[in-house]
Amino acid sequence: MEDLRVNLLTHAQGDLLPWAAQVAAAKRFQLRLGQVEEAALELGLMPSRYQRNRQTLSVSEQLKLFRSRVVILGVGGLGGYLVEELARLGTGTLVVVDPDTFEEHNLNRQILASPANLGVPKVDAAVERVGIVNPAVRVIPVRATFSRENGGDLFSGADAVVDALDTVTARMELAHACRDMGIPMVHGAIAGWYGQMATQMPGEDISRHIYPSGKEQRGVETRLGNPAFTPAVVASLQVAEVCKILLGQGRCLNGRMLFLNLLDMEFLDMEFDEAPIASGAAPGDPG
Amino acid sequence: MRVTVKLFATFRKGRFDMEVRIVPPGSTVSRIVEDARVPESEIGILLVNGRHSNRMRELADGDTVAIFPLVGGG
Repeated sequence: MEDLRVNLLTHAQGDLLPWAAQVAAAKRFQLRLGQVEEAALELGLMPSRYQRNRQTLSVSEQLKLFRSRVVILGVGGLGGYLVEELARLGTGTLVVVDPDTFEEHNLNRQILASPANLGVPKVDAAVERVGIVNPAVRVIPVRATFSRENGGDLFSGADAVVDALDTVTARMELAHACRDMGIPMVHGAIAGWYGQMATQMPGEDISRHIYPSGKEQRGVETRLGNPAFTPAVVASLQVAEVCKILLGQGRCLNGRMLFLNLLDMEFLDMEFDEAPIASGAAPGDPG
Repeated sequence: MRVTVKLFATFRKGRFDMEVRIVPPGSTVSRIVEDARVPESEIGILLVNGRHSNRMRELADGDTVAIFPLVGGG
């Protein structure tokens, strides 16, 4: 590895490592692009592709993102943008979970859908897209439906989970699974001009706050559909939350939720009536 | 007593954005929801004075109730 370090320092331009040098090093030392990226970041070199992340992200923060694992549940309207943005951000490992293939009615809004890949599994399109956009990022495709039963395997080692599912039941089960495993989870949902999002930190359970009745499977999206821009807005907000969770920065949207009305351009930040506490745990109860 | 009712998103169409209702003392959030005639299956979040609430909550004079539709698409 010493040779790799010397190689990277030799080919660095200032404290930036050009993409061509990263690719050449991977080839020469028979490593994955991600392994070279991690070595560069450890040396204090910023891969040049991330240079505009500064001053927002330092080299050590970029390394933290590279060493992070994020699970994206659903690779549809929200999920496609989540994959795109988390890969460009430089999140090292993305686990993408979706049982479906692309259909024609996805084309109006799902960024990974195209006429050429109708019938293609959504998780395969995610792998292909990240391979084009940021091949240093590892994508683990899981062509399956999330359930309480497979949640443990899917979320093992995850630093954050992102909810881009499309039924209320599955979203509530996800909140419970993340509560049980103590993994931060970022919820997002859309319908027409409208959207909502919230963040659940370990020890919290937001399920009854985001879906108080819990009886209906789907919301007004069945009537309104979803246009091109709503998933892009909500997914981008979710990625900002994930980024803060991974870096331990800023103030996250927990203990409250955001309701977006793009028709009237209203963004409502609503506090929960009480802190979302895991069932069975008393307030202030450690763990 | 006077209760301000705010509707959001789809619920505004053909109804109102905000109205003040006169209701009997001790009325609950449920009463306001029924009065607003929004479809039961489409109701998501309910707020009283800007904080999450449930339907059983008894309202006081001057309270504001906000009703949001259920949003679940991905």
